[in-house]
Amino acid sequence: MRRIGDAPAVKRLLVGAALVLSALFLLLPLVAIFAQAFSQGMAVFWANVSNYFTLHAIGLTLGVALLTIPICLVFGVALAWLVTRFSFPGRRILQTLIDIPFAVSPVVAGLIYLLLYGRNGWIGSWLDGHDIQLMFAWPGILMVTVFVTCPFVARELIPLMQAQGSREEEAAATLGARGWTTFWRITLPNIRWALLYGVILTNARAVGEFGAVSVVSGAIRGQTNTLPLHLEQLYQDYNAVGAFACAALLALIALLTLAAKASLEWRASRREALL
Amino acid sequence: MNQRALRLTGNTRVLPGFGLSMGISVLFISLVLLLPITGLFGQLAGLSLAQYWAIITEGRVVASYMVTIGAAAVAALINAVFGLLLAWVLVRYEFPGKRLLDALMDLPFALPTAVAGITLATLYAGNGWMGKLLEPLGFQVAYTWVGIALAMAFTSIPFVVRTVQPVLEDLPAEVDEAAMSLGATDAIAFRRVIMPHLWPALVTGTGLAFVRSLGEFGAIIFIAGNMPYETEITALMIFVKLQEYDYAGASAIASVVLFVSLALLLAINIWQGRFVRRLHGGKG
Amino acid sequence: MSIRLENIAKHFGNTQALEPVNLDIYEGELVGLLGPSGSGKTTLLRIIAGLESADRTAQPSRIMFGERDVTQVHVRDRRIGFVFQHYALFRHMSVYDNVAFGLTVMPKKERPSNGEIRARVFRLLEMVQLEHLAKRYPAQLSGGQQQRVSLARALAVKPDVLLLDEPFGALDAKVRQDLRRWLRRLHSELNFTSVFVTHDQEEALELSDRVVVMSNGRIEQIDAPDTLYHSPKNRFVFEFLGDVNHLEGSVNNGVLTCGNAYLHVDLPDGPEELLLRPHEVRLAEQASDTCHLPVVVTAISPVGAEVRVELEADWLAKPWLATVRHADFERLAMKRGQHLFAHPRQWHRFEENTQSAARQTRTA
Repeated sequence: MRRIGDAPAVKRLLVGAALVLSALFLLLPLVAIFAQAFSQGMAVFWANVSNYFTLHAIGLTLGVALLTIPICLVFGVALAWLVTRFSFPGRRILQTLIDIPFAVSPVVAGLIYLLLYGRNGWIGSWLDGHDIQLMFAWPGILMVTVFVTCPFVARELIPLMQAQGSREEEAAATLGARGWTTFWRITLPNIRWALLYGVILTNARAVGEFGAVSVVSGAIRGQTNTLPLHLEQLYQDYNAVGAFACAALLALIALLTLAAKASLEWRASRREALL
Repeated sequence: MNQRALRLTGNTRVLPGFGLSMGISVLFISLVLLLPITGLFGQLAGLSLAQYWAIITEGRVVASYMVTIGAAAVAALINAVFGLLLAWVLVRYEFPGKRLLDALMDLPFALPTAVAGITLATLYAGNGWMGKLLEPLGFQVAYTWVGIALAMAFTSIPFVVRTVQPVLEDLPAEVDEAAMSLGATDAIAFRRVIMPHLWPALVTGTGLAFVRSLGEFGAIIFIAGNMPYETEITALMIFVKLQEYDYAGASAIASVVLFVSLALLLAINIWQGRFVRRLHGGKG
Repeated sequence: MSIRLENIAKHFGNTQALEPVNLDIYEGELVGLLGPSGSGKTTLLRIIAGLESADRTAQPSRIMFGERDVTQVHVRDRRIGFVFQHYALFRHMSVYDNVAFGLTVMPKKERPSNGEIRARVFRLLEMVQLEHLAKRYPAQLSGGQQQRVSLARALAVKPDVLLLDEPFGALDAKVRQDLRRWLRRLHSELNFTSVFVTHDQEEALELSDRVVVMSNGRIEQIDAPDTLYHSPKNRFVFEFLGDVNHLEGSVNNGVLTCGNAYLHVDLPDGPEELLLRPHEVRLAEQASDTCHLPVVVTAISPVGAEVRVELEADWLAKPWLATVRHADFERLAMKRGQHLFAHPRQWHRFEENTQSAARQTRTA
């Protein structure tokens, strides 16, 4: 079979250009993160990571991600079920609305939460009267993180569930299965890999969110400092090695995310080859 | 027969969970996505039209629009070319390291923006690996407008690659063969046969990259230098106003950014819907 | 279990998928719903199953299974077996688990013991001759095997009624034949009431005790296969049930003329269209006084018990098809390009107004 652009010279030129540009543009920064983090040796890296404030930031970041995931999971599955299994007026509008967090600047996302729940906002002032503070505290960080990450699970599930259709669920119904039985035994096994991938993406974004969190967190060391905010402070304090030590931790999570994605895709393509 | 069955089929839906999933979705979208936007309008209501206009047209703010839009446009154009090249190479050729390259494409999405920001700033600073090479040649990247465009391009490249790639994969080999059997050279066949299939996806991906770049914050502020009128992006303007406790000013500028990005998102959705219908026969 | 449908109608958006329909299916019957795509046959089947609900109309609609009114009963409680067009097997479950599914989701107090489930599943797999594939997954089976698993799965819950949506549509011709015969035998062994949907007239005529012919959301005719074939109620049914040759012309003084062709008919003056089945066309070397229909042989396919011959002529808008016995074929020494004369053994005509569906068949 001959295809367009098959000539060896063309192929070599294009592949070469792609590899060189990707190496400079994408791979080099990745290498730089680890090179910087370990530039003064393992011991300094370790001292930076095991510092109390860093550990606290890691704990807060993971805690927020851990709370974000189940919230996004429930919402994502519910929305995907709704828009792929039923037709009703307003279905397309719902599908467009969930893209809002992708389009809104993270700083604007943080701002609108601050305006509503901050001391001057109409909900925030009421909460303040009852001594509840959401902004500049971990609940605020959680809220903006949920805002920023909520489309991921739904975005992964909707195309898949649309393609699978509802025939298997209908078949289960004709065999007498009730709603939750159908969901656990038929739907969930069919979407589990997409669901897992959605969770991984949600986690990656939740752990790394910077703009929105920096607006609502107040960035108090040892209290409301997430890992990306802590990294920023270290960098501004000219502690580059400390900043890159945190960056290396976050980059590691990113690499694990990429590896998970590649292996899930490989799985899917192998299963397709089987059919 | 039994009462239970009667109640269960009160509506006309066979599959269960309509009420539950509708309830969760609508509640979530209202509380998480829509309600906070009302806070913005509440804040804006405190401004007169003249005040609002004065804030959003102040010289420094307008300069930040220019910097942001200009850099985002350049980044989007770079990505259109680079993204098309990468998608083409990943779909059409076999070569060692291909799966690694494919995985690498998602790095900018997976990598926290602040990490990307300090890394790019360090790499392109005068004493960084790239800066050391480029500055003697007269290219200054860090703390200039070029650095902003570079950071934007980095964070948004996956949009183009991942939008174009599946469309290219769906293009059957027969299309190539038909074009060549009719005597077209590779260049003509690419321009006349392949591109017409690709460009709706290319425009969509570039559009998404552009929208993302307009709002990007974490990756840019470290490399931008943040000089007023020169290298200050609009997202940073909002942030600066907030730190000065100027909530009204921050909201006014944010409303402009929000409106522009939502309008662009809607336009992209409509555009995409139109092409999906045209190429796939009405089943949008 | 008999099935009775009263005043069942359905629309999707602005299109009327089903006009109000009444239908009685008797206990133990195998009924085929036959029609082109868009005729409403699948909609009707899904309404019987409870996968769609009928419109609420001014006159109340009702679905009865025997004495049981199931109109408001959810599909899961109707006790039906449904075989889906593309099988809809649970792709993440083995063949065994697919067949056992309906039993394992029964409420605890009705659910058979594990041993009983196992025994019943293997009995069913034996019946569909797949016990050796119990551990396979659907993707590892051929289409025909998947279809049999899907049937076993539907039968596992001992349904009152078995419903099949285009059960053999996606299979190749040979497998189809086998499965048809097998389903027919199974039906007479187990003696449940079955309804199946098909667009293939041969399949409907071969399998069904009675055939329901549908078009445009209407039932055109309900009859046993031979009655249906020999006395179609209207032109749609006639044309849908087999190949048809058209003879269009105008009648003047008892002669139908069409270009240089003519045929004596006992009909009033005016434009006329006669219909003939391929086996009603006799071919000869001579015309007769009452019949002059010159044709040219354009294609010959000697398949099966008869030879199919395609005929063309200036006076024909569309080529005719004739089926000829091998003996006649050899006697006439037929070959392409040969000039012959067609003689209708009999013909049919329908009044244009299909509501009254006046039909005439004459032996020529």
